[in-house]
Amino acid sequence: MTPVSPQILTSESPSLASNRGEEGTAGSRDDWRRTGTILTHRRWFGIMGALVAASVVICILCLQFGATPVDLVTLLSVVTQLLTAGNTEGAGEGTAAIIMMHIRLPRVLMGFVVGGSLAAVGVTLQALLRNPLADPYVLGVSSGAALGAALAMLLGIGASMILLPVLPLCGFAGGLLALLLIYRLAQSQGRLPVHSLLLAGVILNAILTALIMFITSIMEPNRSAGLMAWLMGSLTAPGYPALGVLVGYAVLVLAIVMHKAHALNVLTLGEETARSLGIETERIKKQLFVLTALLTGTVVSVSGMIGFVGMVVPHAVRLVVGSDHRLLLPASTLVGGMFLVISDTIARTILGPAEIPVGIVTALAGGPFFLYLLLWRKDRML
Amino acid sequence: MQVDRISFRYRHDQAGRPWTVEDLSFDVRAGEVLGIVGPNGSGKSSLLKLLAGLLQPSSGQIRLGSQSIGHIDPHLLARSIAVVPQEYVQVFPFTVAETVLMGRFPHRRGFWWGMGIGDESDHDLQQAHQAMVETDVAALAGRLVSDLSGGERQRVMIARALAQEPAILLLDEPMAFLDINHQIEICALISRLQRERQLTVVLVSHDLNVASQSCDRVMMLKDGRIVRIGSPMETITPESLRVVYGCDVVVDAHPYSGRPRVTMPV
Repeated sequence: MTPVSPQILTSESPSLASNRGEEGTAGSRDDWRRTGTILTHRRWFGIMGALVAASVVICILCLQFGATPVDLVTLLSVVTQLLTAGNTEGAGEGTAAIIMMHIRLPRVLMGFVVGGSLAAVGVTLQALLRNPLADPYVLGVSSGAALGAALAMLLGIGASMILLPVLPLCGFAGGLLALLLIYRLAQSQGRLPVHSLLLAGVILNAILTALIMFITSIMEPNRSAGLMAWLMGSLTAPGYPALGVLVGYAVLVLAIVMHKAHALNVLTLGEETARSLGIETERIKKQLFVLTALLTGTVVSVSGMIGFVGMVVPHAVRLVVGSDHRLLLPASTLVGGMFLVISDTIARTILGPAEIPVGIVTALAGGPFFLYLLLWRKDRML
Repeated sequence: MQVDRISFRYRHDQAGRPWTVEDLSFDVRAGEVLGIVGPNGSGKSSLLKLLAGLLQPSSGQIRLGSQSIGHIDPHLLARSIAVVPQEYVQVFPFTVAETVLMGRFPHRRGFWWGMGIGDESDHDLQQAHQAMVETDVAALAGRLVSDLSGGERQRVMIARALAQEPAILLLDEPMAFLDINHQIEICALISRLQRERQLTVVLVSHDLNVASQSCDRVMMLKDGRIVRIGSPMETITPESLRVVYGCDVVVDAHPYSGRPRVTMPV
């Protein structure tokens, strides 16, 4: 290989001279691994293993906290009993076990699933829309879900927020309608242009949010306070069957999205470049859009709009593990789950038996962190 | 590659609007460097996209070998034809090595359960490394693409295209935003690639001198039709330039290569 002109090359790539020795190598896998530039199985399993372990530890630890603190020993014995025998008979005090099983464990699990789903959707949408500011709510499906839930509350369907089977269904229906509406608005000639999606989402968000505000204003004060609190996010879990459905659905969607993670990498190069590399961009955009929208709608209809998880977690994780979506996606999911579980634990303990809506904690924690990222690491972010 | 009477226009034009590209027929010979020149709006970039299979002609067909490229699966087409876009604005921080490796996407085996991790075979890595060495970006492998200069970034995109192991390389205005030193590098790179890889190159340029220096044949377009096609000597003449651009220019010979050189009249 002959350089064009030694002066030109060395002036702009000063390390070229020192790396001349490497040019003779055939680019073996070891060379690549040494520079740490490709995603190896080892690295993936290493990072994911660490995150899974951290998630389990954090979930178990957070079970301790709440209106009735449970000490670690009792907690561990209940958990061990649960894992080994499948029930909690004879493990520590009866009340502790009941609290654990019926209130806290489903709540922690729900927090993990919701946080993980939001983060995963955030990563996917940021790649799909090629926009680092994208989050699960940017496309307006969440507003539709929130509106559905708000209407349900207004019309008194389900006397309280705890009567959840009806409320999430109305929310889901609202989200579905919003999804269809955006799809129709943004679509042109069989293609789904990214800028149209964003625009339609922004407009729809504005309109639906205004409607939600209107509903809030015409409700009785105590009910509207309940609606506002719900909108800010609440992880009060439904029963295990509903939780199981949510978990199953989230896992299914995430599995499908992760299958396309490699294509998401290439999609960030630009749509034409991606197509020239053989990716069917229209098909993948439509599939991912629909899948993430449905997951967002589901999540919002059971837990309200919890902000910041879907936007900040992807950026934070990207700073640490890089932009390769094959690792970024699962890692963000776990980190998002942990972040929300911790936020929720803070939300329900910091003011005694009263609970702050978890969306406030995520915003207050996420906001400053995001500012930090912006101020100190922005050159590495984008 | 053979282009057979293709016509195309963008669909959002109403019927009755002029064709972007009209009734074009030419061939691209194996191993040559073909330049496409013409004024803005002459259909150059659209033609390149048609050649790449990114746009479908309204009529006529483009054949690669014996097959029409409209009938080839995009995945397989990407193994033969690679496109280097005019500009690349990076949205997320990928390194040079990761970006070049993306060029191997058409070749991956793709086990669905594997998510593609560690999927890169030794051949993939070797090809990507080779591409980076040929474009002199091997030393930049660990750096973020957004940290690079325009010339380096362009070379990275060319490396990515080369990693596809294509038979044909399509370049859209490769010199458009580059300083003269980078232009020289890319010119030399193109002729080196043609020699060493027996690559067929089609490049679109609005700079006539670039086309004249680096191309074996030049095709001049105006309003979506071919005005002239032939060697630079035959094509870049004051008469043809007057027809296409509607102005008078001075055409002399480059002192070292003898190729036509276009300069503004006083």
